[in-house]
Amino acid sequence: MSTAPVLPARTDGRSTDASIAGVRRGRRGGWRFHAIMTPLSLLWIAPMIFVVFVAVRSFGDLTDRGLAALPLSIDLSGFVTVFTAGLVGEALVNSVIVTIATVFLTLLLATWAAFALSRFHIPFRRTILLVMLAGNLLPPQILLIPVARITEGLGIYDTLAALVIVQVGFGLGFYTFVLHGFMRAIPPEIFEAARVDGAGEIRTYWQLVLPLCRPSLAALAALATTWIWNDLIWALTVLRTETNFPITAALLNIQGGYVSQWNVVASGAIVAALPTAIVFFAFQRHFVSGLTLGSGK
Amino acid sequence: MPSVVWFFLLIPLAVELAWVFWPAINSFWLSLTRWNGIGDPEFIGIGNFERLLSDPIFGQAILNNVIWVIGFGGFSVIVGLSLAVALNKPRRGVGFYRSAIYLPMVFSLAVTGLFWRVIYQPDGAVNAFLGSIGLGSLETQWLANPDTALYAVLVAAVWRQVGYIMVLYLAGLKGVDPTLEEAAAVDGASPWQRFWRIVMPQLSGVNSVVFAVTVIDSLRTFDIVWAMTRGGPYNSTQLLSTYMYQTSFTVLDLGYGSAIAVVIFALAIVFIITYLARAAKED
Repeated sequence: MSTAPVLPARTDGRSTDASIAGVRRGRRGGWRFHAIMTPLSLLWIAPMIFVVFVAVRSFGDLTDRGLAALPLSIDLSGFVTVFTAGLVGEALVNSVIVTIATVFLTLLLATWAAFALSRFHIPFRRTILLVMLAGNLLPPQILLIPVARITEGLGIYDTLAALVIVQVGFGLGFYTFVLHGFMRAIPPEIFEAARVDGAGEIRTYWQLVLPLCRPSLAALAALATTWIWNDLIWALTVLRTETNFPITAALLNIQGGYVSQWNVVASGAIVAALPTAIVFFAFQRHFVSGLTLGSGK
Repeated sequence: MPSVVWFFLLIPLAVELAWVFWPAINSFWLSLTRWNGIGDPEFIGIGNFERLLSDPIFGQAILNNVIWVIGFGGFSVIVGLSLAVALNKPRRGVGFYRSAIYLPMVFSLAVTGLFWRVIYQPDGAVNAFLGSIGLGSLETQWLANPDTALYAVLVAAVWRQVGYIMVLYLAGLKGVDPTLEEAAAVDGASPWQRFWRIVMPQLSGVNSVVFAVTVIDSLRTFDIVWAMTRGGPYNSTQLLSTYMYQTSFTVLDLGYGSAIAVVIFALAIVFIITYLARAAKED
């Protein structure tokens, strides 16, 4: 997972006033802008298009005309192999289970910790918050061997439960930190009113804090979904049996098992990439604002 | 304070202590032992660290990591910042261009690695492109050639990272006061001067974040190398993280692997603290 934080979400709508300067030099610089940006964007997209082209060609065609040739006809046998040879079906299910469970549990626990730390006078609360964040910044390498050993000791090595709990623990600090920032920003009068109405802590959390945090929870969920889905190193650390692998780890097996059958490898990569691409397009705004959460001015 | 609040705090805290801090402490202890995963670890003091000093593969991994930090950080910042400046102001096509640059960052590093493996094949897109523009003499087996493999992996990683850096700088640019730039423009400052004298100083916060994030990410980099080359050929793409993983889980030299993990931690900690100091200031 990518280290995320550092810029608070800005909602001051300042982006529009920059257009004054933009308009002034618009006409003159316009064609030059597009002359540079269009090829650059195409260059950025080209690797993806190339992989799609490889995925939709037949194995025979790839060996005859080479990987770089353009497809003359569409042949989906790569995708057929990926699904029928039992390469990804189970892995996709594993990935869905692990991702949903991890995102849900992480955000649940993170809202608890953030609620406690932001609204109550807990001694050393700043230190606790920063230590929790520090945990998320550690290089995972320092955790791998002991984590594998602990899961063995608990008898959950090689289970999806192990993969979920490890990722929940590792991610918690970051989500807690970001949510803490949001909860601090809720005006105290709102809590005062709730208290006067006789709402207890649990009701305040459930009926007040959670609904108010919905936008940031959505951004964090979009972000967490792609991070968890994309994980490889934790899967390689706590799982051994192939049928338990999530899609990323299964993908590396396809690569090993179908050497030189590049249409199969490319198809597998596309199948693994599609879910996160869909999340991205569906939640692009949330996703992008999520990336800058917690990252300062 | 109501007891339910302690419950809210202590459960998440306990999970993180058990799955992050306790294992981390264990690694420090394991780094002082010899252990193959069976039986009890045998305490050998700083023996593993002495061994690291004379281990040529470790030296190679350190060197590769230095190249990686500079290349990965340098290129993604230069490209990401330039693109953020170019795509900051709303104009036609900006949405499309931004999406194109963002898209790779939603793919996993494993997927990115496989994409580029296909592209780097001897008869793949890179060589075909070089051949078509008359640079056929540069064609090589990018991932099988020890001289090019590391840089080939680096290009793939930068391709994915640029979008993220651009997001961070776009957010930073929103906080830049446009009136200052206007005033400087009126005073006759060139766009180049305005960028370096007016805009850049206001981005110092983002810069320090990007710097810390880049170094921490570089030291963690594992997936993309593992998916593309597994550290080969001849350790030419070995990074500290991949060497640590191989030593620990392929060779089962767990004490030595822990020692490498401790080195990674020691290198990362300065930047973790930098990052935390910033986070603390904002909180």
